Amino acid sequence: MKRIDHAEASSKFIKAKDHLEFHDQRLWDLRQKRDRESEQIPEWEQLRVLASAIKEHTLTHLADYLEEFERNATANGARVHWARDAAEHNQIVLDIMRARGARILVKAKSMLTDECEMRPFLENRGIEVMETDLGERIQQLDNEPPSHIVVPAVHKLRGDVARVFARTIGTDPKNSDVHYLAESQRQHTRPYFLKADAGMTGANFAVAETGTVVVCTNEGNADLSVNLPPLYIASIGIEKIVPKIEHLGVFVRMLSRSALGSPITQLTSHFRAPRDGCEMHVVLVDNGRSERLGMPDFWYSLKCIRCGACMNTCPVYRRSGGLSYGATYSGPIGVIIDPTFNLRRYSSLPFASTLNGSCTSVCPVKINIHEQIYKWRQVIAERGALPFVKREAMQVAGKVLSNPKLYRAAVETAGAGIEHLPRFMMYNRLNAWGRQREVPAAAPQTFRQWYLKNRSKP
Amino acid sequence: MSSRDEILGRVRHNQPPPRSLPAVPGFDAAAGSEVERFKAALSRMGGKIAAAPPQGDLGLFVRALFPEAKVICSATPEVAGSRSLDAVRSPAELSDVDVGVVRAVYGVAETGSVWLTESEFKVNSLGFLAQHLVVLLDPARIVGNLHHAYRERAQFDARYGVFMTGPSATADIEGVLIHGAQGIRTLTVILRARD
Repeated sequence: MKRIDHAEASSKFIKAKDHLEFHDQRLWDLRQKRDRESEQIPEWEQLRVLASAIKEHTLTHLADYLEEFERNATANGARVHWARDAAEHNQIVLDIMRARGARILVKAKSMLTDECEMRPFLENRGIEVMETDLGERIQQLDNEPPSHIVVPAVHKLRGDVARVFARTIGTDPKNSDVHYLAESQRQHTRPYFLKADAGMTGANFAVAETGTVVVCTNEGNADLSVNLPPLYIASIGIEKIVPKIEHLGVFVRMLSRSALGSPITQLTSHFRAPRDGCEMHVVLVDNGRSERLGMPDFWYSLKCIRCGACMNTCPVYRRSGGLSYGATYSGPIGVIIDPTFNLRRYSSLPFASTLNGSCTSVCPVKINIHEQIYKWRQVIAERGALPFVKREAMQVAGKVLSNPKLYRAAVETAGAGIEHLPRFMMYNRLNAWGRQREVPAAAPQTFRQWYLKNRSKP
Repeated sequence: MSSRDEILGRVRHNQPPPRSLPAVPGFDAAAGSEVERFKAALSRMGGKIAAAPPQGDLGLFVRALFPEAKVICSATPEVAGSRSLDAVRSPAELSDVDVGVVRAVYGVAETGSVWLTESEFKVNSLGFLAQHLVVLLDPARIVGNLHHAYRERAQFDARYGVFMTGPSATADIEGVLIHGAQGIRTLTVILRARD
């Protein structure tokens, strides 16, 4: 697979100025709402410590908890399946549907099924798949992956949605009123809930103690997807386990506050057992997670509860858009997860960060995201997966930074360079810092020159 | 080797050294009456409170709230609807319901949520196919926060249970908040003890 060039891919997004500005604002607004909500909870920091500790405990005892979950879910009347990878997951879902003659699947949003690229797999085999979350549906109709794990179509403006809907579900192309668009999707989707053969959700949490699948949503589509068709399939990454019901309080209190800045999602649904005469299936998916668990620096990323707070706060994500990451998971969390799927393909992503640490400080489960980003850069540099310009520049920087004399000479020359060099020498392909921005004016003297003059004792 | 055994084997092999499980406190210090906090949180989440008289026919009261409603389906004997849920064979039959009526088990002051299970809905789809939902809630059955809500352990033996907080909503297009996404368009809570 081709290596993703994040900088190149984001340049397209950056060119659409209206989109860029709205995207930046909208996500920053979510970040500010998150701040206001969390500040109203005096025990917020304590909750983060608890959430992190519960997750770390669970992950370090994961095999036992998975077995406990399986035992209880089975006793509840659910069928539990295990999938090593995406292909096995997709095949299991297809087999369940085919064995029951099911042709129409209504589904709630699930990053895991996106990760497994399940939709095209099923569609190519005669299953009609209806995404029922508004944002995910927009992306499905536009044949694009979600660009954000919580708000999948956040990179689109209303005019874009109006064009997609006019082309696909027959709305008035001139009407881009948001209420009209949302109502049109509601009317279009509703018959599918009534006639679907099967419903599907992902999971925010899976409780070992009871075998319960917990799904946090706002639109009502997950509960419609599960409570109408006779067949329910839940796809769950193995890291979603929590030990007991009482632990849900910690996570549910923080999830929507971190994601959208609301105290809770409109619906927090607990699916423990099938309805009378119906079936419930749970597919537990590994797809690289067990391997990640064995990576000493990187297993902490498995604590993630997919709130998206790190994306909303990230200056690089806000100004480059999720699609430029070329992966299911984008933003800071994507940057540390994606290389575990394919190091070469995603080797540019850990460089899509300023390392400002904002992601780490908003993370409700205290993942050390920016430290992991830095560690990935080291891994990528060691394996020679850096692109040529960056490798050369870093080698020069390494030599200069490790030698005080060279460093001083370089800083003094650089200052003079910014003032006197012709533009073509400053702003060219070799200097990434000169693209899309002016290099700041150089100070009249270096810090060392100033220090020697003003502070150095005679 | 089966996928199950392979996955469990690899997880067991790769698990980092064990870390302990902390106890979760109840965090009950929030100030103010629980009823007032519930009302404020519910309204923030787009839900409504309807002040019903302390006694009298709730059926008439609900009807007056929704004068246009043709089909009212009630899952509680306290309100007489226009169609019985007993005869429902398939959950899709409730697609034309204008107003559903249920009694919640308890509420959560912190979030304005109400807890409902299959016992309360009788037919689960009532809470999602109806255009509007009316929820009766005993004001003495409001817990302070979600930690306490999750300590009602027996409730989680239900096959299906949900914290509903206001109506269904979306802000997926330009962040414009819309109530009535795929499920109920409005949620109205009537605070009244069971008759």
